[in-house]
Amino acid sequence: MKLVFALITGLVFGTGIAVSGMMDPAKVLNFFDIAGTWDPSLAFVMGGALVVTFFGYRFAFKRSAPLFGGRFQVSSSTDIDLKLVGGSALFGIGWGIAGFCPGAAIPALGTGRWEVALFLVAVVAGFFLRRLVAPIRPAQAAR
Amino acid sequence: METTFTPFTSFGGGLAIGLGAVLLMLGLGRVFGATGILSGAVFVESRDDLSWRLALIVGMVLAPGLIFVIIGSMPELNVPISPVMIVVGGVIVGLGASLGSGCTSGHGVCGLSRLSVRSLVAVPTFMATAAITVFLIRHVFGG
Repeated sequence: MKLVFALITGLVFGTGIAVSGMMDPAKVLNFFDIAGTWDPSLAFVMGGALVVTFFGYRFAFKRSAPLFGGRFQVSSSTDIDLKLVGGSALFGIGWGIAGFCPGAAIPALGTGRWEVALFLVAVVAGFFLRRLVAPIRPAQAAR
Repeated sequence: METTFTPFTSFGGGLAIGLGAVLLMLGLGRVFGATGILSGAVFVESRDDLSWRLALIVGMVLAPGLIFVIIGSMPELNVPISPVMIVVGGVIVGLGASLGSGCTSGHGVCGLSRLSVRSLVAVPTFMATAAITVFLIRHVFGG
């Protein structure tokens, strides 16, 4: 049941990505190209998503535990360190080069386009590179 | 290339993205961060942990197929980037997002709605570096 729930959750998220235009690198890159062929659509994606999560999370956190057991696993860290700022800066550079981010590329894999598969293989290579650069302590695994 | 401004479908897609994020928190107590979900499926902790990640990923990948069944065509996906740049961008995305503990979905959607201080730093950082990268590629080096 938990796995069916996870599958449907992924489908809802992925459908949102597909409808929103997030999985189209041409549109993503135009969002950042304010000095050129600017397309501000993606600000509306973030707006729509935040409206739902802002209120939806508050609704979810009224429960003492998630529906399928365990606990709510959210980071309470407030550390602003070089890893956070440098890593985020790097992520933006990569996003600006390729036009895909991970949350858009995973659903985009379903279009069967080879460029998406190539991107995701490169992302996973980046995960391995990260472990070479700075070894992971269990408490700080990525979200 | 020009892309069409789509405020309504983008906002609607954003609502579904937010709903997916809320469902994952409500059901499994997890943040819907694509980087963390993917990296947890690569560096496996346990069979139970892997199973919900794979179910979620399969659901995401099925989304374009669902769109195809409903409207008769795949979502728009134009890749105005060379394969070499897709790989370069992908590796930097994987490295940066894992170092910075999150990407557009983890820090952007889930982190901002929780008013996480780390996300409030991460999101403007990667938005800025993405915009600078696109500006340099398209308007300085002449893409």
